[in-house]
Amino acid sequence: MPRLHELAHCRAGDKGDTSILSLIAYRAEDYPLLVERVTIEAVASHLRGIVQGKITRCELPKLWALQFTCERSLGGGVTTSLSLDAHGKSLSYALLEMTI
Amino acid sequence: MREPFRIGSGAGFSGDRLEPAVVLAERGAVDFLALECLGERTVALAQLRKRKDASLGYDPLLVRRMELLLPLLRRNRIRLVSNMGAANPLAAADAILRIARAKRLPIRVAVVSGDDVLASMAPDSVTLENGAPLGEFGDIVSANAYLGIAALLPALETGADIVITGRVADPSLFLAPMALHYGWSLDDFDRLARGTAAGHLLECAGQLCGGYFAEPGRKEIPDMAHLGFPYADVDADGDAVLSKVEGTGGRINLATAKEQLLYEVTDPSGYVTPDVIADFTTANLDEIGTDRVAVRGVTGRGRPVKLKVSVGYLAGYVGEGEISYAGANAEARARQAGEIVRERLAGEFPEMRVDLIGSTALHGRSFDATARPYEVRLRVAARAPTAERAMLVGEEVEALYTNGPGGGGGTRKYVHEQIGIVSTLLERERVPSTVTLKEWSSDAQAA
Repeated sequence: MPRLHELAHCRAGDKGDTSILSLIAYRAEDYPLLVERVTIEAVASHLRGIVQGKITRCELPKLWALQFTCERSLGGGVTTSLSLDAHGKSLSYALLEMTI
Repeated sequence: MREPFRIGSGAGFSGDRLEPAVVLAERGAVDFLALECLGERTVALAQLRKRKDASLGYDPLLVRRMELLLPLLRRNRIRLVSNMGAANPLAAADAILRIARAKRLPIRVAVVSGDDVLASMAPDSVTLENGAPLGEFGDIVSANAYLGIAALLPALETGADIVITGRVADPSLFLAPMALHYGWSLDDFDRLARGTAAGHLLECAGQLCGGYFAEPGRKEIPDMAHLGFPYADVDADGDAVLSKVEGTGGRINLATAKEQLLYEVTDPSGYVTPDVIADFTTANLDEIGTDRVAVRGVTGRGRPVKLKVSVGYLAGYVGEGEISYAGANAEARARQAGEIVRERLAGEFPEMRVDLIGSTALHGRSFDATARPYEVRLRVAARAPTAERAMLVGEEVEALYTNGPGGGGGTRKYVHEQIGIVSTLLERERVPSTVTLKEWSSDAQAA
């Protein structure tokens, strides 16, 4: 059971209370595995307690990437959150902790 | 028409490093330099500064950046566009003119106004975040529409050396000079989408070159202390090659470009700016050399009917306190300390957060059940209606020195005013923009 960190890199972005996680395979041959295993349900389960809202997933095969848009994930919104990391910049590495 | 057109990214946020823009102006052979310095909250904070002093409200680092750049821009015939005008672009232009006069450098500055739509905001405007009307949020201090290239082009067409704006969609700062250079039509959506993709890759400056990316052992980036900022060589169709000045630190490769292309994009198949709806899923990225990535083939379809408006409101204050524990049972002592503070403050502060930094602060729980941190820092944060009340949070944490668990050290306390941001939409017709030209020359001085 590989950890996502071994197969992919990730960057977190933010828009209001939405966290956007870009998951990108290092190698093209690993991309189908990401598509198969890193489903919306798997991400929702892995990030339970963090992502409170809807998750959507966009596939970008040309970039070997999956884009996850996670609503209600930033403590009410970047500008009014009480969180230490209000932008959720560190959430990329939370996703990469997932085993697939 | 000269090809390619080279545009550099001299800043990725208000507080960004100063010298990478100097390197681009000195050795980057750029035609244009764009400096993106305006975050969502930044413009609201600037509005508050302008309220206190009508001559302020532009970017706090504008003077330091321009003092460094003006002589180089003139010597190397580089034009500059920036949203450092923030809440007061006219005052920003005056500040630039003062620097030019002191350095005896003739200069023409074009100012784009019109993004400030505070006067047009109705309390019943529906917010995009949750559909609640604006009036339900706190006191509104700023409302700025995201302008696009339609507002920027008339300023660029004056031939001014520098174009200063307030709120503009970040990629539009880069797209406008390209559209000017190649004479792209506002309805040429594929070219606008390609230019927008290049602008989006550039807008966070160092983030394309390994910043917000590096990881020792896995994503190695050389010489990050001297990270170079990127430029794009854009062709007449909007396809671009991203690169950086030789000898600077950092790295531009497929991985850094992919992360930045997708950064903060809620829908990669429909990235919306005032100018175009771009489909980034159609992008072809190719690493064509060391620190050289080509982005080609992005397509676009139409532009949004309305403009997005970013509204800032006063959201009260946050008080914070921190204290550290180390060694045996550090986490248990930190947790006990947090419970003590919670018990004492919970009644007065309904919105409170207790974090164990080093353990569960960032993600609410540990993803590694076996980890036992040697040291843990307790952080308590709570919202309060006034600064005085917010202060109580840090005071309670500080009092743990003598009233809390053993071995607590290094307390800090903070109070921040919070500016909340929500968004709404406004018809384009209700956001007219204007251009004001300001200039200084030694002739004018003599006359």
